[in-house]
Amino acid sequence: MKQYMKNPNFRLGAIITGFMIILILIGALWTPYDPNAMDASAKMQGPSFAHILGTDNFGRDIFSRVIQGAGATFTIAAATVAIGLLIGVTVGALTGYYGGWLDEVLMRINDSILAFPSILLALVIIALMGGGKYNIIVALGILFIPSFARIVRTEVAKQKNMDYVRNARLMGAGDMRILFVHIMPNIVPVLLSSVAIGFNNAVLSEASMSYLGVGVQPPDPSLGRMLNEAQTYLTTAPWYAFFVGIAIVLLILGFGLLSEGLGGGDGDVIR
Amino acid sequence: MSSDKLIVPGAEDRKLLDVRGLKVTFRSNNKEAVKGIDLSMAPGERLGLVGESGSGKTVTAMAISGLIERYNVDMEGEILFNGKDLRNATRDEIRRIQGREIGVVFQEPMTSLNPLMKIGYQVEETLRIHTKATPERRKELAIEALTKVGLPDPEVTYNKYPHQLSGGQRQRAMIASAAVIKPALLICDEPTTALDVSVQAQILELLKSISEEYDVGILLISHDLRVIKALCERVAVMYKGRIVEQGLTEEVFSDPKDEYTRQLISAIPQRKRR
Repeated sequence: MKQYMKNPNFRLGAIITGFMIILILIGALWTPYDPNAMDASAKMQGPSFAHILGTDNFGRDIFSRVIQGAGATFTIAAATVAIGLLIGVTVGALTGYYGGWLDEVLMRINDSILAFPSILLALVIIALMGGGKYNIIVALGILFIPSFARIVRTEVAKQKNMDYVRNARLMGAGDMRILFVHIMPNIVPVLLSSVAIGFNNAVLSEASMSYLGVGVQPPDPSLGRMLNEAQTYLTTAPWYAFFVGIAIVLLILGFGLLSEGLGGGDGDVIR
Repeated sequence: MSSDKLIVPGAEDRKLLDVRGLKVTFRSNNKEAVKGIDLSMAPGERLGLVGESGSGKTVTAMAISGLIERYNVDMEGEILFNGKDLRNATRDEIRRIQGREIGVVFQEPMTSLNPLMKIGYQVEETLRIHTKATPERRKELAIEALTKVGLPDPEVTYNKYPHQLSGGQRQRAMIASAAVIKPALLICDEPTTALDVSVQAQILELLKSISEEYDVGILLISHDLRVIKALCERVAVMYKGRIVEQGLTEEVFSDPKDEYTRQLISAIPQRKRR
């Protein structure tokens, strides 16, 4: 961790991400206004002391909605990555280690998932299962499996021929022990940066899904949904789209910089 | 030797290792790397296997250690270890012998240790896999092994990572991890090749003392006759997949029978040149 903090990208990423997480945590516990409460007397107001980011077309406080919406987006993205990671790592580890027909079959399934544009495939899954927060998580989670599986598979295949693995085998270690005790820790640096990238993609995917109206359902806030609403008032209330956009940018930028810092060759410092 | 080793009851001349007519053929190019060799070792004996690159010595060692299943090879002949034929053993049986009965030390101490595992953890690995020793007992044995191989401050080294050790120290740690469980046979594949000359001598001395103290048989693979001479009581010379000469090290050196052996011996640089 210390050596990563020396990397300016990682440090900036950590600051931005930390800032967003603090906002999200505040939003989960307390917001200046009820994010869904409408106030007909305060429609479409620009930023002021009462509403620091202004209000939307229903007179709802944008700041309250942004921090809660960011929370929803963050949770969905995290859950999505968790599903993708869990299944992806398992599939990748087994295929990379054993190879053979198992590898062929699973990787062809992997390829066929990757062959579809991800939003399209997610929409198909949503059409089959229905919309809503939890179905979005499942749909996006499935989409995230292949990329993790691929990364882990490549790394495991590379590591399994290393001398230390040969050595572990000669000590009489079983396959599962070799795979998860000996090899896995050596993959973590690579995996960490792809988790950060994956998280970014998940934030964007969730925003796109909600923007298209199949994600978080109204009136609950989500960054994608708010962006969708804001676009109608782009000329009359430009701050609406601007602040929502900023929130998405900060979320992604933070994690992007973190992954940059993690992947910037610093993994070698461990060795 | 500890009592729980596999001992064939009533065997007249008990052999630790008995390789009979071993042939190894690579399927990929149909090349016969080992063309029918016979080797035998008594318990606690140190045997050197010498030969040039491609002579089949490493393939022989891999066949004995059970690592060769990873490659596409056809094998013929018998490999008897303590009277048990390793060629007909199941994977599980081989796994019980690997590490427990046969330890292996490789040429590359730089890459043979897991970079993200503490030395102590790696030394304890065979104990963890093959014994029911408690964590305290394991640590005790690991520290004892680290002390035995002459690493400075064993307690401190126990908590170090491989990159914090020098090449020679890593090779010592490797030897500790192979020897901690006191196997019956230690296969050393070019254990000193990657080390500088002064460290080489220390490592060879260490292997010798471990062999004598724990009654461990050592099969030393090397291209360097001087290394073999320093450690082994007997030597087998391999050339193009065959053993061309085999005998007591002293005798082979003083009176080589085979032309290739003679060439090998004459290829040793003389002292005055150093």
